[in-house]
Amino acid sequence: MAQTVEPATTDGAERPAEPPAARAAKRRRTIPAPYLLIAPALLILAVVLLWPIAQMVGYSLTDFTTRNLLPNQPGPSWNGFAHYRELLTDGGFWTILRNTVVVCVLMVGITMVLGTLVGLLLHQTPKWFAGFVSIGMMLAWATPALSASLVFRWLFLPERGLVNVALDQLPDWLVGDGWLEYNWFLEPLSLFSVLVMVIVWQSFPFIAVSVLAGLKSIPSELYEAAKMDGASAWKAFWNITFPMLRPLFALLLVLQIIWDLRVFTQLYTLANSFANRDVYLLSYYIYQQGFSATPANYGMGSAIAVVMTVMILAVTAYYLRIMIRQGETR
Amino acid sequence: MTADATTTTSAARGAAGQGARTGKGYRRSPLKRLRQAPLYLAGLAVFLFSVFPVYWMVVTAFKPTGEIFTSDQRAFPQEPTVEHFDQVLNGQLIPGVNFWHFLVNSLIVTVGAVALGAVLSLLAAVAVARFRFRMRSAFIFVLLVIQMVPMEAMIISLFINFRQLSDITGAELLGNLSGLLIVYTAVSLPITVLMLRGFVEAVPQELEEAAAIDGAGPWTVFWRILMPLVAPGLVAASIFAFITAWNEFVVALTFLGRSTDDFTLPLTLSYYFGRYGTEWGAIMAASTLLTVPVMVFFLFVQKRMVSGLTMGAVKG
Repeated sequence: MAQTVEPATTDGAERPAEPPAARAAKRRRTIPAPYLLIAPALLILAVVLLWPIAQMVGYSLTDFTTRNLLPNQPGPSWNGFAHYRELLTDGGFWTILRNTVVVCVLMVGITMVLGTLVGLLLHQTPKWFAGFVSIGMMLAWATPALSASLVFRWLFLPERGLVNVALDQLPDWLVGDGWLEYNWFLEPLSLFSVLVMVIVWQSFPFIAVSVLAGLKSIPSELYEAAKMDGASAWKAFWNITFPMLRPLFALLLVLQIIWDLRVFTQLYTLANSFANRDVYLLSYYIYQQGFSATPANYGMGSAIAVVMTVMILAVTAYYLRIMIRQGETR
Repeated sequence: MTADATTTTSAARGAAGQGARTGKGYRRSPLKRLRQAPLYLAGLAVFLFSVFPVYWMVVTAFKPTGEIFTSDQRAFPQEPTVEHFDQVLNGQLIPGVNFWHFLVNSLIVTVGAVALGAVLSLLAAVAVARFRFRMRSAFIFVLLVIQMVPMEAMIISLFINFRQLSDITGAELLGNLSGLLIVYTAVSLPITVLMLRGFVEAVPQELEEAAAIDGAGPWTVFWRILMPLVAPGLVAASIFAFITAWNEFVVALTFLGRSTDDFTLPLTLSYYFGRYGTEWGAIMAASTLLTVPVMVFFLFVQKRMVSGLTMGAVKG
């Protein structure tokens, strides 16, 4: 409750010319309803999101470990930018960072291209068919991340997974041999391939449905005119569809990048351990530092988290530009 | 090929007008029909790609263990069985505790977070949509930014924050459902506030004023005028929040630790997988059970989900 009154007080205090009595009366008259209304939401957001973000930055500059959480132990002490210096010189971290970026780019790229193509495709087909395909896509979209990762782990399981069995039955000259026992989850390349597949499978429906909705908003006269002028479909896409849907594409791209940078559940399930550092991605590394390493290194974990947050905020800045231009903050 | 057909059909649709959409009075020449064939095939491929993993999950759940534990994988169960569902529903997923207990845990935390979130976000949405105030733009700005910062990044400071909060308040927030409930409420707030804001703005203010002139108090105006018109948005936002909380994994994993009694369903499933990784029949049965509620809700909310997430980018 205290938070609700505070802004009102500052509000009044900025008019120093008024006598105190009048100021009090004014304050009573203009009971700041909007502040009362946003106060509960703001309070919970502050506790769960805003304050931990600030703390994260603070912790990244300390030598915080599990030790400091024990009773009768001194709090973590400041160690400047030691964690960041360590990260910069750690080849392992650079590999994880590189892998995160590469995997993210692959996920986003494939998802966007596939989703857009499917959106264009569905726009060409009658409503009943588009609806039919959409229902199928909705199943993929609605599957919880954990269920999806478990299914894909089962599909790619050595000896019994359907993909392994099918690859094994294909002629050897086509795909090579030894697929039946092949373990996809040990090496980064194969594990990340499966990971990208899970993510694309779950994400492309959203892009497809959004693009489809966007396409419906483009007047067909534009395409007719283009056709009269003899423009090819390729040209029509780049000269009509893309410019018309540019804000949508920008937004989808930003959302997709942010969602794919944070991927955790799927990797946690597919890798199924923290033993192999080669298959870490940033979010996985953060969790490992905080809750799997012995002793847990909260300071280092926070430093990695800051790196990840900065990456995400850079993308978010672009998103905000779109939002502000569209007047969403007004 | 696909792109070539784009222009053709767009033109055709333009000519046929609305009829094209409803399918009435819409004739294609045989040649055009033939050119459409690849489109249908591609569409079918997309459908199969989307559905197959889900199909495989369900079908595995219905196969007897003998048909799973083999390299002779069939598309259909030869002798369908519900033994795995029986194992999941009536057995003990974690020694001493059964499925229903975890279902109740999941329901408590999701329904609690959704209810709390609905109230908080409605209040905030009314403030943002109906009032001009000093912090308004800043508040919206914070919502837009904060919805992007992932839990995965702040998980360490969130954990420590809640530990300290437990120490300060004396209420244990870790190792049980209370902390999760608070986090889940907050996580969906930014997007639900922004979604609801549009709905509140769409209610004509004259309607409220007219009611007020007729002597309705603010409370009556809220319940009789605003609420019925905002309800669809509230349902959509709530379902969105439900799905988010129902699926959430990393915070539950961190907050609950070894308190297996308080596990939510995703955590239970992951734990079970870690322990009995070879029991694919049971794992797939449990995955199916985890998925069904989400799919049901998805049917209701799908349209809103798209427009909610791409606010304003699509006109019309």
